[in-house]
Formats: sequence, structure tokens, C-alpha cells
Amino acid sequence: MDLATFLVQCLNAVQYGLLLFLLASGLTLIFGIMGVINLAHGSFYMLGAYLAFALSPLFGNHFLSMLLTGMVLAAVFGYALEWLFFSYLYQRDHLQQVLMTYGLILVFEELRSMLVGNDVHGVPIPAWLSGSFSLGGIMQYPWYRLFASAACIVLAVALYVVVNRTRLGMMIRAGASNRDMVRGLGIDIRRLYRVVFAAGVALAALAGMIAAPMASVYPNMGASVLIICFVVVVIGGIGSITGALVASLLVGFVDTFGKVFFADLAGLGIYVLMAMVLIWRPEGLMGRRA
Amino acid sequence: MNTTTLSVQTTPAARHRWGATAWLPLLVLVALALAGFLLQGYPADLVVKIMVLAIFALSLQLLVGMTGLVSLGHAAYFGVGAYVAVLASGEAGGNLFVLLALSMGAAALYALAVGALSLRTRGVYFIMVTLAFAQMAYFIFHDTSLGGGSDGIYLNVRPAAGPLDMENRSVVYYVVLAALAFTYGLLALIQRSRFGAALAGIRVNEQRMRAAGFSTYGYKLAAFVIAGALAGLAGFLVAARDGFVNPEMLSWHISGEVLLMVILGGMGHLRGAVLGAVAFTLLKEVLATQAFVGPLANHWQLTLGLAIILFVALLPKGLIGLAQRRKEKQ
Amino acid sequence: MSGLMQVHGLTRRFGGLVAVNDVSLELNVGEVHAVIGTNGAGKSTLINMLSGEIAPSQGRILLAGADITQRPQARRALDGIGRSYQRTTIFPEFTARENCRLAAQAASPRPWAFWQTAQACQRSGDAADAALEATGLSTLSARVAGTLSHGAKRQLEVAMCLATQPRVLLLDEPLAGMGAEETERMLTLLERLKPRHAVLLVEHDMDAVFRIAERITVMVNGSVIASGNPHAIRHDPQVRSAYLGEEELA
Repeated sequence: MDLATFLVQCLNAVQYGLLLFLLASGLTLIFGIMGVINLAHGSFYMLGAYLAFALSPLFGNHFLSMLLTGMVLAAVFGYALEWLFFSYLYQRDHLQQVLMTYGLILVFEELRSMLVGNDVHGVPIPAWLSGSFSLGGIMQYPWYRLFASAACIVLAVALYVVVNRTRLGMMIRAGASNRDMVRGLGIDIRRLYRVVFAAGVALAALAGMIAAPMASVYPNMGASVLIICFVVVVIGGIGSITGALVASLLVGFVDTFGKVFFADLAGLGIYVLMAMVLIWRPEGLMGRRA
Repeated sequence: MNTTTLSVQTTPAARHRWGATAWLPLLVLVALALAGFLLQGYPADLVVKIMVLAIFALSLQLLVGMTGLVSLGHAAYFGVGAYVAVLASGEAGGNLFVLLALSMGAAALYALAVGALSLRTRGVYFIMVTLAFAQMAYFIFHDTSLGGGSDGIYLNVRPAAGPLDMENRSVVYYVVLAALAFTYGLLALIQRSRFGAALAGIRVNEQRMRAAGFSTYGYKLAAFVIAGALAGLAGFLVAARDGFVNPEMLSWHISGEVLLMVILGGMGHLRGAVLGAVAFTLLKEVLATQAFVGPLANHWQLTLGLAIILFVALLPKGLIGLAQRRKEKQ
Repeated sequence: MSGLMQVHGLTRRFGGLVAVNDVSLELNVGEVHAVIGTNGAGKSTLINMLSGEIAPSQGRILLAGADITQRPQARRALDGIGRSYQRTTIFPEFTARENCRLAAQAASPRPWAFWQTAQACQRSGDAADAALEATGLSTLSARVAGTLSHGAKRQLEVAMCLATQPRVLLLDEPLAGMGAEETERMLTLLERLKPRHAVLLVEHDMDAVFRIAERITVMVNGSVIASGNPHAIRHDPQVRSAYLGEEELA
């Protein structure tokens, strides 16, 4: 493999990993703080992709505005969903949460089928992000993929700032370790949960929106990405956003380079990685040891 | 923070009274045996389908209801059992018993590997890891040359052993019935045994069991492997019955559905697994039939999803729990 | 040191925090060795290290001369270390007898013999009956454990510990939440158990401790500040200032 190809694959790996991070961070936040395992998280990714498909004709080249609008819509949806459905899940055991969110996936899939059909759709890349630039004069790399990575990095930094440097973040971190104490401090924990959940949905939807122009929009896109998301969270450690970042990048590299070297069996790579982590550190790379 | 401790109201003492527990399953067994002579065509197929799913659900009951291990990847062993049955059948078909042993053995082996790794985790991690390993198996059969791809593979000739020829619908019925009786009987014995008592203790409070001297990892792994082998049995029967396997047998939808059957029927009770298989299969049939639900039949995923949510929310103890509540009220 | 269980320089760190710092003690058959200290003194961490739930950062634990520091908890239980918990950890849905029988079953041979019923296991059944007898719970043996009174549940907790026929008893606040009569019953039980067991007792009830213990070790912030017989401890100036404060201990 020459240097140019290697660089391109590295960039691809990082881009894929960062996209996974958006999804995994939402999942791990929701689990870490509310203790809910949500199988329907992949459906939010799908929601984002279909939002991109629906909004793209309206916004044309104003891609950033579209992303922002999509995130707001997703957040509102998430807020309502938490209120109407997820808030009833907190007191239940994991088995019930798994099954109820499984039922939710079926509902979402059918609603999607009824509202927008089962066709595969494409979402056009906005003009100002189309085309490629040359890497060292030898290879071409698409501007859009670079944009995707950059957008994810911006979100990651924003997430870090919010969680570590704001009052909201402090409440989130406190809520993660001691729910009752937070309640005792007069913080409305139900509203906090609703906000966190909405944020998780928005992040997942954003990932879907960003991925849409690259990967097309099709039924069941949520399912495959969800399981990879689970693998990321297991590797990184539940509740740890840093862990999710490290694990996402690891998975991105293993998957991308796996495809280059092993073609057919590449898909196994991330499971082998997960198995190795389970042998060495079952609580995840940055998980708290129980 | 929630835990995955499952609360099942079963006192071991109550289950040991033979009178209370044995007559109903035996009655059902006899009824099914007689029905085999009378049923033909679609009803017979439906009963066979339900019996196989009952075996599958029973195998998961051992894990979830008796040991407290919520596995979201049980379809893997079901699928491995099915695929091995087809892959190991030669051009002229294979011996029923040999293929059965191979199927269950392969499923047990995969369960051993997955269990050894997964049981290093607890709670939600365990749920996610079991799902991931099932997805890995799905991937192997779906994307690599081993499984014949997304179309699946066909059996040339169904397995046979002398007069027991799976090409014969009647033979299929009674082989499946025998397998169901075997599975139910085995699990009933386990439930009453020291091994079963230990599993129950692990379900309620694993820490306490370790403090008393039980090597809980070993017990859990044993339960995981046995459950995997029995799921493989169900998979073998599907392959032998249909003559066809495809990767969707390992999908997480199947894992989710079998988990649903267990909770729908009632966790911790063997009858619950069978009841859940019956109820869920009938529910799916009803929701997909226009005669019952009109135009909604085309949107059965929606109605099924809502039904699942309502059932789990309102009947967490399943149908058996409902029956028990009625009895208590009287 | 010559005791049945010997602890040498046991230390446990959690990141930067030293929860237990260089603790040494000895448990002898026929003695109750009490460990007292304020909340956060490291008593729970200490008992968890002795029972095998947490691994020590440093130090050694010996049982009858054998080094068991690396031995997992289940193995230690089979070797004769029994443990009761501060928060009741009985199995609420089983009967009192089944609670004890199951605990005793850990040492039963051939656990894989699934054709034999659990109730037919003579060995564990007898051990359970003996443990219930010793703790005075025989009349309640058929009751579902979750329906027992708090005091009875604490007694069952100790009975489960006894059912495994241990030589060393690690009791974590067995008197927690008990009234006067129940406390009296538990102390009488401990006196009866003393001759054949080596007992470590972590407790807050000072009257009980001074009544029943042969040795008392006082911990503050993870370290041992004094260790000796009750009389010596009562008059130790360091103990008075650090822990007992101005309390009258006449």
C-alpha cells in the first residue's frame, strides 16, 4: 500500500469513526444517565437520514441550515418521545426496556414505510461541498467526507465543553452518579432527563443527516448501525464519552483497514476486537470497574 | 439505577409437588400425540411450527427465566444448528441422529465460545455483547461463502434414519413432538435438581452464591451451553422440516421474538415458554390476516410493535402471571 | 502470630484514596475479634478483602498457615470462611430452610447430577436444619424468607453463613437495626458459636462489642490506631480522643 492510499484510508477510518461517535455518545449518555437501554437508537439515525431526504429539496445549498433545522426537529421529537414513552421505562428492568424499545423499532419501521415508502433514496451533496481535492498530487479525497469529519469534531468539542464546563454538564455528571442527590438539590430531574434524551436523539439524527449523502437512505439502515454502536459502547465502556470516542475511532480503523486487507471477512474485525477487549478489560476500555 | 435482577415469584418448594406440576404437561403431550393422527395440511403445519418455537423458547427460558441471564442473541444457536444440519447433509441426505448430534454440538460449541466471553460481563453489557456475537454469526452466514449468501441454502434430501424419514410429514410431526417432550422433561428435571437450585440462587443474588462457595461463572456457562444446544435442536428441526435455511434465522428480530415469547408466557415457568410460543405465533397470524384486522393486516409491524409495548408494560409477569393473579383474587 | 486467620499489612488503594492502610490482625478460635471505627474508617473494605470480594493492593492473608491472598471468594468460602452482610442478602422468595440449604449445597459433590432433586440432598438439608437450630429459627424454617421480621432476617443471614460450616466467621454489623431483645438473642448466639469458630465482628453497637469481644481493633481513616483487650482499649488515650470523644464508657 502506498502512502497516498494509506492516508486516504486513514481519513476514511477517522471519518467513519467520528460518525459512529455521534451515535455512540448519544447512546452512552442515555444509558449512563438514565439507565435505559434503547434498541430504537438506530431508528433516530434513520430518522435523520430521512429528514435529510425530505429537507434537502427545501434547503438546496444551505446545508448547514438544513443540518441545524434537522437537529432542532429531532430534538423536539426526542423531547416529546421521552415525555410520552421513555419516561415510563426508567423504573423497569432491562429486559422490559429491551422488549419495549424493540416494539418501538417495529412501530417506527412501519410508520416510515407508511409515510415515505420502502424505496432507496439518495440525498445530493450540496454544490459547495462537492468534488475532491488532491492529496499530495496523487490521490483525490472528497470534500464532503472532510466536511463530515470536521462537523463531527465540532460536535465532539461542543459536547465536551457542555458536559465539562457548563452548569448543565455538571448536572448531567452529577445525575449520572447520584440521582437522588441531584433531586435533593432541587434540580428538576425529569426535565434534565428530557433534555439529555433530546440531545441524544439530535446527535443520532445529525449522524444520519451527515451520512445520508454518502451512504444513501434505505429501510433497515438503523439496524446495522445500531449493533455496531453497541459494540462501540461495550469496547469504550458504558457512560464514558471519552471511551466512546476512543472506541469509535478504533472500530473505524479496524473496519476500514479490515476491508482493505481482508475483503470478505472484514466485517468480523470489529467483533474480534470486541472479543479481545472482553478478555482483557470486560468493563470496557474506560468503563468503571464494577 | 436499574438492574437486570428479574423478580420471579417461584418458590422451589412449590414446584416439587409432582401432582401440581406433572398432569397438565402430560395431558397436553397426549393431546398433541392424538392430534397428530387427526390434523392435516395447514393446521398440522401450524402445530409443528408452534412446537418447534416452543423448544426454542424453552431453551431461552433456561437462560432468562431460570438463571436471570438476558440474552439478546439466542437466534445465533438456532441458526447455527439449522445451517450445520444443511451443510453436513451430503448429496444423498444424512442420518437423522448423526445430523442432530452435529447440529446440537455445533450450537453448543458456539455457545461455549460466546458464553465464555460474554459471561465476563453483566447487565446491559451482557445484553449488548450477546447481540453482537449473534450479529457476527449472522454476518458469517450472510456475507461469506460459508453460508451461501443472503439467499440461503437448500437441502437436497431431508435427514432420515431407517423408517424415520423427514420427507414424511407425519414423521416430522412426531419427531418434533418427541423433541419437545425431551426438552420439557430435561428442563423440568434440571429445575428440580441441585443444579437448577443453584441457577435460581444465581438469578436472585449472585454475590451471595459466591459468598457461599459457588463458582457462579461455571454454572452460568453450563446453563448458556445447554440453552445453546437446545436452541440448536430447534434449528435442526426447522431445517429438517423445511429443507431450507437462510441467514434471517440468525437475525436480531428472531432473538427479540423468542425473548418476547418467554416474557409473554411468563418467566421462570416452563409452561410459560410453551404458552408464549403459542400466544406469539397466534398473535402474529391474527395481526397479518385481513379477516381479523381488516386493512391493518398490511401494517402488521405497527400493530405487532404496539401489541408488544402494551403487553410488556401491562403484563410484565406474562400470561401465567395473569392466571396466578386471577387465582389469588378468588 | 499463630491464629487461624492472620492478616499482615493489608492495604487497599482506590486511585489516590487509601481506604485501608497497613492493617494487621489475627483471628483465633474461641475469640471474637471486634473491629470498630467511624463511618469511612475502612471496615467494609477490610472485610471485603478478607472474604475475597476485593483484592488487596498490598499485604497477605493466611488461613491455617496457607496464603489465600489471591484465592477467589468462592474458594475461600469452601475453605471455611463464612461471611454475613451488613445489608441483608437472603433470598427473599425462598423459604428460610431453602436459604440455608442452598448455601450449604455449595460444598455438595456432583452438582451436575440433574436427575437428583435438590430436596433429596441429605447433606445440605441436614446442614440447613442444624444452622436453623443454632440460630433459633427452626420454627420459622418453612416461612418464605421475605415475610420474616427484620430481626429474623438478620438471624437468617447468620444462619446462611453457618450452613456452610465455616471455621472463620466474618460478621458485618449483624446487629444493625435490631431491638434490645433481638440483640440479646444474637449475642447469646455469638457466645455459643465462639468455642468452635474464629469470629471477626464489625459493629457499631459499643455495648455489645465491649460485652462480647476478647480483642478490639480500632480503625480511623483506614489505619489501625489501637488494638488490644477491651479494658486496654477503653482506657487508650488515642482511642478516646479520636473515636470515642468525650463519651462515657463506664
